[in-house]
Amino acid sequence: MPDALVIAAHGSHLNPSSSAPAFDHADRIRETGAFDEVRETFWKEEPAFREVLRTVDAEEVYVVPLFISEGYFTEEIIPRELRLDGWNTDSWDSDGTSATTATLTAADTGQTIQYCGPVGSHDAMSDVIVQRAKSVTGDPDVGEGFGLAVVGHGTKRNENSAKAIEYHADRIRGMDRFDEVQALFMDEDPEIDDVTGFFDVSDIVVVPLFIADGYHTQEDIPEDMGLTDDYREGYELPERVDGHDIWYAGAVGTEPLLADVVLERTVEAGADVRGAIEQVRNRTRMAVEMDD
Amino acid sequence: MTSEYVDALVETASDGISFDGLRVAGDGEYTFETPAVELTELSEAALRDVAAGSPYVTNWYFWHAQTPQKDDRWAFLRRVEDAPLESETDSIHDRYEALDDGVTTTWGQLEITVTLGTAGQREYSLSHVADGADSELHSYDESLQARELARLDDDGRYRPLKTAPTLGTGWEFSGLGPEALVEAVGFFYPATITNWHREQNGNLDVSHWTETMERQSGIYQVVTTWDRGEGHEHVEWVAESCCTDSQCLKRREWQYDEERELETHGGDGVFPCREPCSLVISAARKFTKLDAEPTHSYEFELTPSEKEQLEGLIDAVAEGRVGEIREADIGKDANRYRTRFLRARRFDEDSQLCGVPTEEE
Ligand code: SF4
Repeated sequence: MPDALVIAAHGSHLNPSSSAPAFDHADRIRETGAFDEVRETFWKEEPAFREVLRTVDAEEVYVVPLFISEGYFTEEIIPRELRLDGWNTDSWDSDGTSATTATLTAADTGQTIQYCGPVGSHDAMSDVIVQRAKSVTGDPDVGEGFGLAVVGHGTKRNENSAKAIEYHADRIRGMDRFDEVQALFMDEDPEIDDVTGFFDVSDIVVVPLFIADGYHTQEDIPEDMGLTDDYREGYELPERVDGHDIWYAGAVGTEPLLADVVLERTVEAGADVRGAIEQVRNRTRMAVEMDD
Repeated sequence: MTSEYVDALVETASDGISFDGLRVAGDGEYTFETPAVELTELSEAALRDVAAGSPYVTNWYFWHAQTPQKDDRWAFLRRVEDAPLESETDSIHDRYEALDDGVTTTWGQLEITVTLGTAGQREYSLSHVADGADSELHSYDESLQARELARLDDDGRYRPLKTAPTLGTGWEFSGLGPEALVEAVGFFYPATITNWHREQNGNLDVSHWTETMERQSGIYQVVTTWDRGEGHEHVEWVAESCCTDSQCLKRREWQYDEERELETHGGDGVFPCREPCSLVISAARKFTKLDAEPTHSYEFELTPSEKEQLEGLIDAVAEGRVGEIREADIGKDANRYRTRFLRARRFDEDSQLCGVPTEEE
């Protein structure tokens, strides 16, 4: 039976790079041919969440939110705008980082919707963070002699966003790959401003858990960490701060391997796309090796 | 190639075929009718003979096997070649003749031309209505590339509203099949085909201003406080500011509510707008706050020309005409030198008009 994938992202009225990750990951998945149709949809751009399902032919649609955390957008806005019958915040039965999928009917179109948890709280996101560290250092074996900081908003914006940061930091710590792993926040302790104070090792990779590059990842965080006084003047890779070398990675959502997490979400919901996952992994692995 | 559509015809004949002037029926022994011929008692071999090369048969095959079958996409493609939605009973020769030369239609700022390819297939090309035969055009052939073309206007500025009349020029798609055409149009003007089709069938679901605002949550909830009792002039202002044809090519079908229509003209676009979009909702949030502010009396001393210049300036900005005003055209209210002169003459060191403070000291 034909099926479709819809990638739901935030988008922006002001910043054209906001939707770039959704487009790029959608294209990577299109190339695999895993779904008959792949569509991007946005809160701030078109097609809007309200109308996207009508542009899709398939009877069964996998919807994957390209968001970091479970919360307002993924549990309230998207289900409301897609008109998912019977949705409630218990549908995922999640503790904040353990959403899987809910099977619902779209009142607007009658399609069966596999409404998946967001990419940001999926286990495979930990691998994307590590992959991001490999990409930014250009070293497929990066780990020993390096610290890793996973960065996000604090709890002020969304409690689950902080949970997702801690969750992945814990998982990566458990991999025993980096000498030190630390979760850091923009608006609460432990704060990103003091990044070098949290690490003994001299090299620190900093990976913000954001979907798209924009104000926070391109202006705020680099300035807060002291990479530069004025983001417009740029900074080195790595940049020397307080005797440490900081490898600042920019938004993790731009990492090609994130397409893999989108696919993993659909597998949880019953899609048979194992072959596509292999393809995406091979391609992103090759991309890093070729950069060497 | 030939065998494909002939095979399909023979296979389907037993179900009975009646489409665009072609009628075929039978199983083992067949009838084959078009407005020009009526053949009965045909053997399969004879049916294959008459079917091969028949434009009626290739046309039938195109619309049933090579075109997207989703209702809205199919209906859109019929419109593109000016074919009736229901199948025709008359000769298709006129349509085929027109297709030989190319049938052209528009969709927003898109110009779509369809021509006849081999064996009844259609080929579509797509360009900007403002580009003429002598424009220099970049050629594209993959519908996905439309997504990039739709992002920026000709000045390289980001287009947050896909249906704003600011689509960039200088490109063309050619050799698109029906599926690819629909996809490209979907990237330029998302969801317009499906909503147009709903409207054609009389089942466009319009969500008016009040219900759309009541649905909002978070920071947009404030818009529900923008309520002027019985009046709804504030929503007229929104529609006039954002939704007229000079700002958006969708034809606004949403009103204040089910009972109260807006007086502001909804526009003449081919595709409808069924509810306030995210851009309008964001703008309304700001407008709500602006309209909630109480007025205040100020006293300014201006010359009559200066008062008129201020009005002209606002007009030029609102109509997006500032960029067209020539450098030395001092006669224009929004000319840069003239505006700098006004500022030099009437602003104090804190950029306050005539030195009048905004808040009372
Ligand atoms: S609400 Fe207005 S501006 Fe937005 S799409 Fe509809 S007509 Fe266009």
